[in-house]
Amino acid sequence: MTLALASPALIGPGIRRRHRIERIAGLGFAMPALVLLLLTILAPLAVLVVLSATNYEFGGIDMDWVGFGNFQKALADPIIRRSLLNTLVYVAIVVPGGVFGGLLIAVLVHRRTRSRSLYEVIYFLPVTSTLIAMATVWQFLLHPSLGPINGVLKWLGFAPVAFLSEPTTALATLAVIGIWQLLGFNMILFLAGLTAIPRDLYEAADIDGCSGGIDRFLTITWPLLGPTTMFVLITTMITAFKVFDTVAVMTRGGPVGATEVLLYNIYLEGFQYFHTGYAAALTFVFLAFILVFSAVQTFSLDKKVHY
Amino acid sequence: MAHSSTPTATTVTPAHSALRRFIGLALVHAVLVAGAVFMLAPFVWMLVTSIKPPAEIFSAEISLWPKQFYGVENFRFAFEKAPLLRFALNGVIICTGILVVQLLVAIPCAYALAKLNFPGRNLLFVLVLLGLCIPVQVPAMPLYIALAHLGLLNTYFSMMVPFFLSVFAIFLFRQFFRSFPDDIINAARLDGMSEFEIVWRIVTPSAWPAIAAFAVFSTVAHWNDLYWPLIVISDARLAPPPLGMMFFADAETGSNYGALTAAATILTAPLVIAFLIARRRFIDGITMTGVK
Repeated sequence: MTLALASPALIGPGIRRRHRIERIAGLGFAMPALVLLLLTILAPLAVLVVLSATNYEFGGIDMDWVGFGNFQKALADPIIRRSLLNTLVYVAIVVPGGVFGGLLIAVLVHRRTRSRSLYEVIYFLPVTSTLIAMATVWQFLLHPSLGPINGVLKWLGFAPVAFLSEPTTALATLAVIGIWQLLGFNMILFLAGLTAIPRDLYEAADIDGCSGGIDRFLTITWPLLGPTTMFVLITTMITAFKVFDTVAVMTRGGPVGATEVLLYNIYLEGFQYFHTGYAAALTFVFLAFILVFSAVQTFSLDKKVHY
Repeated sequence: MAHSSTPTATTVTPAHSALRRFIGLALVHAVLVAGAVFMLAPFVWMLVTSIKPPAEIFSAEISLWPKQFYGVENFRFAFEKAPLLRFALNGVIICTGILVVQLLVAIPCAYALAKLNFPGRNLLFVLVLLGLCIPVQVPAMPLYIALAHLGLLNTYFSMMVPFFLSVFAIFLFRQFFRSFPDDIINAARLDGMSEFEIVWRIVTPSAWPAIAAFAVFSTVAHWNDLYWPLIVISDARLAPPPLGMMFFADAETGSNYGALTAAATILTAPLVIAFLIARRRFIDGITMTGVK
């Protein structure tokens, strides 16, 4: 650009040469990424589409076309329906808990000066820790007879609860662990949103007589945090929808299917029972949900501009 | 701070408002401390149990300190029963391998998308954006079948290959490179630098904060990932920390809590210690998905 302005007479061949170099360099630089994109995302997706229309079983020799049979089977399969319902219930617990919990902690931590970094570290610790290792610890914490949580319940005079082996409590217990894991993450996102709110808005509100903490929150903080909240909401939904680790380690879908979730069933069908074709169809069901969440996110990010 | 303009009309005295402030502050800290207890309880209990003898673990009373220090035995047992250091080393190998390839692939591609005109650029960018929405669980099965046919299951390569391309890294670095001044790039071109040199010697060093943040993000994600290793690895000697922990917990049938918590401590420690040292970098790195 600067060249062109400086010496308009000389641009002809120079610019053309430049463009050629740019084109070759651009293609060369993009090539490794493009090849990997083809090999690890696009080609697998294409294969998955084909597989989902067959009854292929990994290791088997013959396969037949079944068209949309796998999808029909999935919709009618009580196990899949239950696992989808379980996943949505899990999401329905983790999302409000994780989002409003994160918001509450962020608002409270935001105004602290000396203790802020200490609280940040404490709340963020579970995000960095290895969930599988901590799941083992949770299992022990929740143990019906040996765990300290039941110890406290007994001390308070309640009957002990077998959190993970009781169908009514198992899924909710996993959801609480899910909240425990992502609360700090959400808190940090909200803190970033809170920092972006100009201080003079609060001062103006003070002058207008809106000085109570809850008033200030409802009139300034909450509306201005709108875009952040939307973002946190969607990322939490996606994370929660992908729940797998705690199920695989702590309950394996049990007791009596109470914690079977979609991804765990896909794992079982695809990599344990090797119902490859069927699992491919289930993968598309999974992907459809993720895409819907992502689409909502994209549209809400567009809105962000208007604030 | 706005002072109340009608101090006489109501009963708001300085002492009164100080008391209110104090109560408010106490309430805030009460909520935060209660939450902190919930967050820290598993860590505290993990550490306490890892140094308790079995008799105290299986006793009904809750105590935060063992009467008899049994840490040496628990940790020794954990180390003898499972190659915990090997799991950690596997984690280091996999995370390093993935990160190096991710950077080598993503940085030039991001530069090309940000600064170079080449045919198919917009299409590639659209594909990158689409790729952002596709979690690894989606291409997992075709990749597994391909790796099985190539005889590559149970290798480090099989654990790393789905993550070599990070569309997120491309997206992130592209945003970063776009704000890099064109004048500097043009000046470098006039000095006779090749595009290759410009990427690695001029543009990349300027993106250091983004690269550091991405490195943290990638390392934490892959150190803790269970889904993919669980699929391609059955050989315990290749297991990364989460899978190793799972094997260990299975082998121990969940009864030796002292050794289990000792193992959990060892496998959680590297990241937690790194986090405590480089607190800001970790928080920025892991949450940077939120600052797009």
